[in-house]
Amino acid sequence: MTQQRGGSDMQAVKFYQTGTFTVGNRLLAEDERSVQANMRRTNSLDSGHRACAGCGEALGARYAIDAAMRATDNQVIAVNATGCLEVFSTPYPETSWRVPWIHSLFGNAAAVASGVAAALRVKGRTNVRVIAQGGDGGTTDIGFGCLSGMFERNDDVLYVCYDNEACMNSGVQRTSATPPAARTATTAAIGREPGNPFRTGKNVPLIALAHGIPYVATASVANVRDLEHKMTHAMGIRGARYIHIHVPCPLGWGSLPADTIKVARLAVESGLFPLFEGAYGEITGRTPIRHRVPVSDYLRLQQRFAHLFAPQPDTARIGEIQAIADRNIAKFGLLSAPDGGTG
Amino acid sequence: MLKQIEGSRAVAEAIALSRPEVICAYPITPQTHIVEALGERVKSGALTGCEFINVESEFAALSVAIGASAAGARAYTATSSQGLLFMAEAVYNAAGLGLPIVMTIGNRAIGAPTNIWNDHSDSMSMRDAGWIQLYAESNQEALDLHIQAFRLAEELSCPVMVCMDGFILTHACDRVDVPTQAEVDAFLPPFEPRQALDPAEPVTIGAMVGPEAFTEVRYLAHHKQLRALSLIPELCAAFNAQFGRVSGGLIRTYRTEDAETIVVALGSVNGTVQEVVDQMRATGVKIGSVSICSFRPFPLSALRESLGHAKRVVVLEKCLAVGLGGIVSDGVRKSLSGIQLKGYTVIAGLGGRAITRASLTQLFEDAEADELEQVTFLDLNADVVAHELEREQLARRTGPTAEAILRRLGTVGSRIG
Repeated sequence: MTQQRGGSDMQAVKFYQTGTFTVGNRLLAEDERSVQANMRRTNSLDSGHRACAGCGEALGARYAIDAAMRATDNQVIAVNATGCLEVFSTPYPETSWRVPWIHSLFGNAAAVASGVAAALRVKGRTNVRVIAQGGDGGTTDIGFGCLSGMFERNDDVLYVCYDNEACMNSGVQRTSATPPAARTATTAAIGREPGNPFRTGKNVPLIALAHGIPYVATASVANVRDLEHKMTHAMGIRGARYIHIHVPCPLGWGSLPADTIKVARLAVESGLFPLFEGAYGEITGRTPIRHRVPVSDYLRLQQRFAHLFAPQPDTARIGEIQAIADRNIAKFGLLSAPDGGTG
Repeated sequence: MLKQIEGSRAVAEAIALSRPEVICAYPITPQTHIVEALGERVKSGALTGCEFINVESEFAALSVAIGASAAGARAYTATSSQGLLFMAEAVYNAAGLGLPIVMTIGNRAIGAPTNIWNDHSDSMSMRDAGWIQLYAESNQEALDLHIQAFRLAEELSCPVMVCMDGFILTHACDRVDVPTQAEVDAFLPPFEPRQALDPAEPVTIGAMVGPEAFTEVRYLAHHKQLRALSLIPELCAAFNAQFGRVSGGLIRTYRTEDAETIVVALGSVNGTVQEVVDQMRATGVKIGSVSICSFRPFPLSALRESLGHAKRVVVLEKCLAVGLGGIVSDGVRKSLSGIQLKGYTVIAGLGGRAITRASLTQLFEDAEADELEQVTFLDLNADVVAHELEREQLARRTGPTAEAILRRLGTVGSRIG
């Protein structure tokens, strides 16, 4: 266990990038800027951690927890599932977390968070809010039972899933969030159906919604303002909440580290990763696609889909993936006028 | 106050008096009555300042307790058998994180074949998880051990399992002396955690530790248990001073002073053993017994001191190390390192088979005559075993063993012997 102080003694963040969308909005009035654009942001996941270059999960976690910190006057406790985020942020005796943080096991983050929330309730400290977080492996697979239990009890926990579509920490193995055709270490790009089989996997945001909990949303690291809006909204609600954030993994996806935001944006704009919000079983909002792109624009940037393009284009399978995107666009109304999203 | 109540209810009284702040529950026979009684108390308002959480599995039950304890709350849960195995990963984790959770184990066999009755296979499977394990002889001791367990756990920052025999204790109505709230408050101070999740003082708990420090972390877990070897008798004495009865401690001896044969056992069977000891003493046999209360930490010195002078030691175990024999016997033999005496392992009471006075008398007489095998299965039905072995010799596709044996035995649902 290591220890460090957070709160008001923290230094202002130094921005090294200029002209990026990520930390942009600095021409806006201060109260209209994103949390990330604020040099006094908490930097809840501090620099110096050991994530790979271009790690989408590291970005997603910082965006999410910083927004939650701002929304709660820095009264956040985080519970982390085993996975990349846990490993790269806390090799003993170092920690990148500027929030109270606990890691127990791979599959129990939601239940541990329920326990923290119960302790806070019994001690009358309900101003302190609890966030559980994990990757798709810890959320959609091994931690699914505890997640569903936390949802159905409507425990006062926000669960954030950083979805990079495989078990990256153990070396890129398939999860139930791995998309069709994707090559992983356990879905090799060989045989009659190369990569991950079609018509498998599960949609955990919709399953979360089916629990009838007060808030469910999807978000992307490519749309920081939308992500922050959803985190802020979630922290204003009591009960079980779920936010599923799409976070590219350059290592596992075979994309360029510099392309992380681009790849994430193409997932949204192709319709493969729809951004929506829901409450009590109903979808209540969607973030419209601004510039629709074909799925091949998204797939082509990633080595995990390379077998779809060489030695010759696999038009049948690319077409099947396009059909998935088209269905998402129709189902969620992603091309309709803005109606509640913040994109 | 004296009450005639079920063992589970007695434990629920002890837990309620210990002012738990978070209780998480998942039903499994035979511990269920404990959490039912506690749920009732929270719902009725009789137990205040406590959250009672109905979780979806034992894995979640202990995980919720981990979260609650890490946030500084006194946390309790209970389980048995398959439930304990289902939470196994969290059992090790709670100990590794040094969280002083108290958990009751209503001891029950592990399947397959499915069996809801008593033996010690469940808690024994977790003996090396880093928890302190205390075994109750009676319902009164089960009640008392829980009050001691919270203090022990919190002084050491180490989780404690209080093990009580399923049905034999959990479901038996017996007279227990239930202390008052003021008495328990005087013995058990409020929980002051070594570290807690708090935004005012952010700490990182559960970081990854590599080869450079892992051995030291594990050594300190061992060291904590060695400290418990002195703390457990201290708490036993403090409890005795305040409540006027002896409960807990490392071991308890019964007529061992000049004994040539000493029986070692854990839990409720000690009552029967002591009766047989009395009966044999009356006929001039120099026999005594030792009840191990603290199985983890294992009381090597205390056992050596009370067993070292004997001619033979019979370890009566309600569990089986398949392929080896005894689990408790290993520790007992280690405690007697260098001392030449005869040691016998007796596997008894598996899956709820009754351990009768008649069987024990015969067994101890055989031991006295040194006519025991090194490992004996008490009351093993040799005919059934021989028949099944023969059947397996004759054909390849012999089907499932348990079902074949049941077919041969016929309907015996009401017989536990």
